[in-house]
Amino acid sequence: MNYIEHTGKYFMMLVQVFKKPQRARVFYDALFKEIEELGLKSLGIIMFISFFIGGVIALQTALNLDSPFIPDSLIGFAAKRSIILEFAPTFCSIILAGKVGSYITSSIGAMRVTEQIDALEVMGINSLNYLVLPKVLATVLFYPFLIVLAMILGIFGGWLTGVLSGLFSGVDYVTGLQTDFKPFLLVYSMVKTLIFAFFIATVPSYHGYYVKGGSIAVGKASTKAVVWTTILIVIANYFLTQMLLT
Amino acid sequence: MIEVKDLHKGFGDVQVLKGISTTFHPGKTSLIIGQSGSGKTVFLKTLIGLHTPEKGTISFDGRISTKFTIEEKRQWRQEIGMVFQGSALFDSQTVEENVMFPLKMFTDNANSEMLDRVNFALNRVNLENSNSKLPAELSGGMQKRVAIARAIVMNPKYLFCDEPNSGLDPQTAIVIDKLIKEITDEYNITTVINTHDMNSVMEIGEKIIFLKNGLKAWEGSSNEIFKTDNEAVVDFVYSSNLFKKVREAYLKEIK
Repeated sequence: MNYIEHTGKYFMMLVQVFKKPQRARVFYDALFKEIEELGLKSLGIIMFISFFIGGVIALQTALNLDSPFIPDSLIGFAAKRSIILEFAPTFCSIILAGKVGSYITSSIGAMRVTEQIDALEVMGINSLNYLVLPKVLATVLFYPFLIVLAMILGIFGGWLTGVLSGLFSGVDYVTGLQTDFKPFLLVYSMVKTLIFAFFIATVPSYHGYYVKGGSIAVGKASTKAVVWTTILIVIANYFLTQMLLT
Repeated sequence: MIEVKDLHKGFGDVQVLKGISTTFHPGKTSLIIGQSGSGKTVFLKTLIGLHTPEKGTISFDGRISTKFTIEEKRQWRQEIGMVFQGSALFDSQTVEENVMFPLKMFTDNANSEMLDRVNFALNRVNLENSNSKLPAELSGGMQKRVAIARAIVMNPKYLFCDEPNSGLDPQTAIVIDKLIKEITDEYNITTVINTHDMNSVMEIGEKIIFLKNGLKAWEGSSNEIFKTDNEAVVDFVYSSNLFKKVREAYLKEIK
């Protein structure tokens, strides 16, 4: 099947996904379950990575800016910009594409190969709407919080690195954070997050839903889903940056 | 009653069903038998609407399934119970949640009413005290019972079973067969079973359809299958020495 066919099939899938849920109470139950599974259970890894990467960004910036003509506050400024613009929305989304994407593909793919999706269809349930819509809403609603948390922890990690290593002072770092603060950058970051969250939920769902074969096929589909989600995030990141920041 | 007329279904260049016509009656267990690749599963999946026929009609009590409106289709789906080969229980849900699922999706009943209905269905399949267990914690036979309970919880008019006793020991297989037969009689359901199991054919086959290469090669009752001289049926059904001897004894007895 070529890329055009896959793209068409993906959009046809979305048409089925975005239909009114058949039962509100069943849908809300599924939504809260997915927020827990896809969102809350990703908190730990995002917090851990954000904190240390924030520290590394500050450390690298400090080590590379050794000219006496460059003020130390630039370290805070550079760390803030790197974390808000790229690290939190893009890097964290790629991490989530790996963690959450493989989970989504394997769980839906397992349902396909064990005929659970057929069982839903036989009952007269729109299986795409029932399985995928809660995942899409869970990621789109929850990931902005996750990314904001990543920003806060990344920036805090940078500050703590300076304080602990003595490479720059905490005061200079905070001055850098406050320098030329543009709220639009947060909007830009959130727009990216929402679009990436949509990819993280829908692309792996597509690969899981249309899997054919057995457990090996599900494994291969998971890998494919992570690769394609990452590719789409990287491409979308380029175009969004071009559109929103230039 | 389900009436199938000249049913055709293929995938790409491969024609799987090549014009099957038959009738399934309420209160009777009809069995579809045939070798692997004969088209049994495709036939069953076409009957329940998972495949769309290329040609021919399937009529459910006079209603032609390919002409259903969306609302009629939804209504018809609720009249169907299906037991899949691997049970197809939702593995993240408990036994109770699995059986309650169709009720939650299609009724406005209060939780207590739904729970009563779930317990009734689970009692009917002789499965008590397992409500809070997950499917992975159950044996194959118990999973099949849960699947049957889920299939009958909405009071279906039509029950379809795809190899309901595959992977079960002979004793449990007979229990599952008998359970399906009892439920069919009790609720006057039109039951269609896909099977490889010759015990099922002899025990509960009120009507047997033998498929070969996508065509109906033979049709009759479990008594008639002993007497038939249809070569394909004899080769398939009496391929084991045990069944050969049973047949010879039967034929001797009726002479």
